[in-house]
Amino acid sequence: MIEFRSVSKSFGDTRVVDDVSLTIPTGGITSLVGANGAGKSTLLSIAARLLPADRGRVLVDGLDVATTPGPVLARRLAVLRQENAMSVRLTVRELVAFGRFPHSGGRLTAEDHRLVDEAMAWFELDPLADRHLDQLSGGQRQRAYVAMVMCQGTDHVLLDEPLNNLDMRHAVQMMRMLRGMADELGRTVVLVVHDVNVASCYSDRIVALREGQLVAEGPTADLMTPELLRGVFDVEVEVHELAGRRIGVPWS
Amino acid sequence: MAAVRTAPERATRRRRTLVVLGAVTAAAVAAFLTVGVTGAWDYALEMRGRRLAAMAVVAVAVALSTVLFQTVTNNRILTPEIMGFDRLFVLVQTAGVFLLGSSTLASADPRLRFAVDTVALVAFAAVLYRSLFSRTERDVYVLVLLGVVLGTVFTSLTLLVSRLIDPNEFLTLQDLLFASFTSVDQGLLGLTAVVVGVVAVGVWRHIPLLDVVALGRDTAVGLGVEHRRVVDRVLLVVAVLVAVSTALVGPITFLGLLVANLARQLLGTHRHAWVLPGAALLALLALAGGQTVLEQVLGLNSSLSIVVGLVGGIVFIALLVREPRQ
Repeated sequence: MIEFRSVSKSFGDTRVVDDVSLTIPTGGITSLVGANGAGKSTLLSIAARLLPADRGRVLVDGLDVATTPGPVLARRLAVLRQENAMSVRLTVRELVAFGRFPHSGGRLTAEDHRLVDEAMAWFELDPLADRHLDQLSGGQRQRAYVAMVMCQGTDHVLLDEPLNNLDMRHAVQMMRMLRGMADELGRTVVLVVHDVNVASCYSDRIVALREGQLVAEGPTADLMTPELLRGVFDVEVEVHELAGRRIGVPWS
Repeated sequence: MAAVRTAPERATRRRRTLVVLGAVTAAAVAAFLTVGVTGAWDYALEMRGRRLAAMAVVAVAVALSTVLFQTVTNNRILTPEIMGFDRLFVLVQTAGVFLLGSSTLASADPRLRFAVDTVALVAFAAVLYRSLFSRTERDVYVLVLLGVVLGTVFTSLTLLVSRLIDPNEFLTLQDLLFASFTSVDQGLLGLTAVVVGVVAVGVWRHIPLLDVVALGRDTAVGLGVEHRRVVDRVLLVVAVLVAVSTALVGPITFLGLLVANLARQLLGTHRHAWVLPGAALLALLALAGGQTVLEQVLGLNSSLSIVVGLVGGIVFIALLVREPRQ
């Protein structure tokens, strides 16, 4: 469970996150949606203690992220940012193995190796194990990063735009894998997504933000309404039911 | 695309590279000790042995400080020397002579002087460089520019202070400051060897942590590293190491840049367990081998830092030009 308590954050004079209080329950996939600049990524970064909040607190399983020792938190919460350009040259397997650092401090045990193998297999990375990251396509690289985050073995997984740079096929594949992490492994997955239909098709709950403020949150079905989407994105949206899923179609 | 090597194959290759490097370095060291000895062997070996010890201490200090600095600043171009650390140390030393007078300093134990200068450098560097690097994602060009400007400022201030000093005292100062491999203070050598040894052991014990820090701030924080604290400590260690090598032999600006990048290239990895020993061996090879070639083959004296500066400067520019293509 992740609790945000009156969290605010400003960059200069711009308030990017404005007094957000929110509880993300354990289990399932929660998507943060909103227009560009709505504060989704900032909120995620604060929860992952990559950015300090100006005011308010974030608790993960009751632990304040600002004061909990890094290694303790890293065993409960894993995060993947949008930009992952690295100045070091690594093979896929080396990268995924870094996910075990919070547990083993870099000296991998047999158990760690087993978990690395498992994460590699889960994301179908075995054929790429000894390739360097710079030899991979964008989609393969993104899979490798998510595999590292999964390998960290945390109950909470925060992902900022995991579908960035992925074509339709790889986006669907990625979302299926994340769905599997939530359903089969019982992880609590929190995503930042800009495509509201991806959020609608794959997530259990949606959190909608607008100009740094919380607009609405709840089960996906409750939030996929024309009124709400108009309020969040400032554009007329029709919502249609297709094969049991709600799809928003913008028009003007 | 080239064939993909498996992890064990890579490890074997790296081990072989490191062994070959070690053998070549050993040969260079042997050549440095023995080539062109005329007259008493005892005396020659003792003199050359002392210079070799200084080279070894400097090699380890330069390799460690450069690789660590590049790890915490997440780049392969900037080094403590390019950012002006070594010239800051010279400034601190000069200011010390100005404030206390050369007679006090000349009679003081060089080890004490070194300790005081180092503490002053660490304090300065902590304030200055923390404020530069604590802000996330700085443009590398801005940092290079800052380093050049800072280095120039430190050099100018050093010149200014040395003008203010009594001319007679200035001669003493020059003697104190511009050390080289030919005139190494023995007491200082022992002290710095101990300092570098202790630091090296400490660094070695934290190698997995350094590998994680090299992934970048966000990834390291996500993996539970107390990033700010680690960076602070590493910058402190870097300042001490730069003080050591500068106090022993004076500034050798581009040596660290050369050996750190060459070690990564040769070993094909960024892992500190490979790069640190590789860079240290390369530094010793460059110093002992280079000095031997200059002195014995070309018959020149103590111009190694110029050669290192020339080669290193070219590599630096090449790296800078290549950078945006990544």
